[in-house]
Amino acid sequence: MSATTADKPQRWGNPFAYFVALLFIGVCVMPVLYIVLGGFRTNSQISTSPAGLPQPWVVANYLNVLKSVTFWGEFANSVVVALASTIGTVVLGLMVSFVLARYDFKLKGAMYSLFAAGLMFPMVIAITPLYIVVKDLGLVDNLLGVIIPQIAFGLPTTVIILVPFLRAIPKEIEEAASIDGTSRLGFFFRMVIPLSRPGVVTVGILGFIGSWNNYVLPLYILNSQANFTLPLGVQAFSSQYSVDTAKVLAFTSLAMLPAMGFFAAFQKKIVGGLTGAVKG
Amino acid sequence: MSKTLGTEPVDGPQSQGTPGVGGAASSAPPAPSAAAARRRGRAKLRFEIALLSGPAVIVFLAFVIFPVALAAFYGFYRWHGYGAPTDWVGLKNYQLILTDPAFQQVLWHTGVILVLSLLVQGPLAIALALLLNQKIRGRSVIRVLIFVPYVVSEVIVGTGWSLMLQSNGAVNDLLRHLGLGFLQADWLSDPKLAIWTLLGIISWKYIGFAVILMLAGLQSIPEELSEAAQLDGASYWQIQRRITLPLLGPTIRIWAFLSVIGSLQLFDLVYIIWGPYVAGTAGTSTMAIYMVAQGRNAGNYGYGSAIAVVMFLISLVVALLYQRFLLRRDLQGAITEGAS
Repeated sequence: MSATTADKPQRWGNPFAYFVALLFIGVCVMPVLYIVLGGFRTNSQISTSPAGLPQPWVVANYLNVLKSVTFWGEFANSVVVALASTIGTVVLGLMVSFVLARYDFKLKGAMYSLFAAGLMFPMVIAITPLYIVVKDLGLVDNLLGVIIPQIAFGLPTTVIILVPFLRAIPKEIEEAASIDGTSRLGFFFRMVIPLSRPGVVTVGILGFIGSWNNYVLPLYILNSQANFTLPLGVQAFSSQYSVDTAKVLAFTSLAMLPAMGFFAAFQKKIVGGLTGAVKG
Repeated sequence: MSKTLGTEPVDGPQSQGTPGVGGAASSAPPAPSAAAARRRGRAKLRFEIALLSGPAVIVFLAFVIFPVALAAFYGFYRWHGYGAPTDWVGLKNYQLILTDPAFQQVLWHTGVILVLSLLVQGPLAIALALLLNQKIRGRSVIRVLIFVPYVVSEVIVGTGWSLMLQSNGAVNDLLRHLGLGFLQADWLSDPKLAIWTLLGIISWKYIGFAVILMLAGLQSIPEELSEAAQLDGASYWQIQRRITLPLLGPTIRIWAFLSVIGSLQLFDLVYIIWGPYVAGTAGTSTMAIYMVAQGRNAGNYGYGSAIAVVMFLISLVVALLYQRFLLRRDLQGAITEGAS
């Protein structure tokens, strides 16, 4: 941020650029702030002045949510699902990307096209038949019924991002490893995994946020409140307490907090990873 | 890539007894002959490929490809989701879908959202990216803040906006305070307005992503080009039009592709804000909403599967056309290489 002090500004457009940037940021952030601040208000404050600020600030809504067993149960479910899906996607994706990047075999082209084609078929479109498959496996109302399909649908992006990454590892490193007597699998575990960390981190973060925010699959698969993830929880909560707007806002902002924190911590990686993905 | 195979005989003579996890190659017995070694090398190679790619391929086939095939099968039945389907109806489901005025309506909504998302977000994102790509302070903070709506889940965005947009909600209140009371409206339930409201929320949610992509694209354009043009006397606008925009082409095309796919599958926001039934009367229901309402919520899994197949085919056609005519050059590392 302050590193740009030395830059020579373009004289003509500068104030305008700042103005537009501020305006744009305001538009992007205000609705989110409304949710967070609304949680600090009371319902009467909200109904007398819907667009006002908290006056006085009330923490009871947040405390109530933080004390509720429902919230933490759903929070835990979301964490379990997101972590398991992310780890599954990264592990399976890394393995298959390694094969696609550094082995040569007849079906390679077909295999790559298969995964690349998956990019075009998002989960929503396949949700009805997917539900039937999960139901036939007896995984309805089971977190595994969310985790496994999320891994499957996460693979295309993972493969697309990781294959160029793994292909870019210089051949010399592999040859040196093989001269030292390391098998290609050994090379995979000892060299590829550490070297591909930046790509893995990008894929992992995207997977985690995607899972954290996923709505349609849990909507189909999870029936009982005990198994709800946070998106389902937010929806259930907001229809259960539809008159208690402040409480809904508090619940909602606490539900988005982890993904936001995760994003804030890794934002450089995410933005950088997107750059890499665009360059192909 | 064939060079990769060339290294094979080198590690061919290694033992294939424990090629698995850990990868610690135990020292090998001497190979009897080069041919045998090569054969063993190839077997080992095949084993490695199967070991590494097997799990991903199986999971992907079972949960992405197989369900789609299954949908094609169930789509020919009237079936309520229990037991094996027996009530074969041929193409009747498809006939019903294509002649249902409600489906034609959702198709229209989806088309409107798809086209207008491109037309609204694209130029706006490019303009904002050009503006933010200047050397101004706090660029990294700006990048984070404009990405916030994209990171917040659809459910939360939907819940928040539906509270704000109620007729006695924050948006109307704000307009009143700003002296723009005449602009107050029934944002969500006025059927003339609702789809524009939806479009506004979509633009708000996804524009940050578009801007970040465009910024990334801009940063990969060498600065020397515009500097050279500047020396030759080109104006700022000439540089943007003749140099920056053409070079931004690949980024724009990839963004547009992602946007199109996103529009085709739009579901969460509409379902949260309007619900499947209100969306119908408010004029915001999409293909996916129709599928969920007519399929799962009505218990008609055969019909729902047929809708899935129709959506699938539409996406496939769009994706293939797009790839064929626009995207091919940009994804050369990704999709075309598979075919080579």
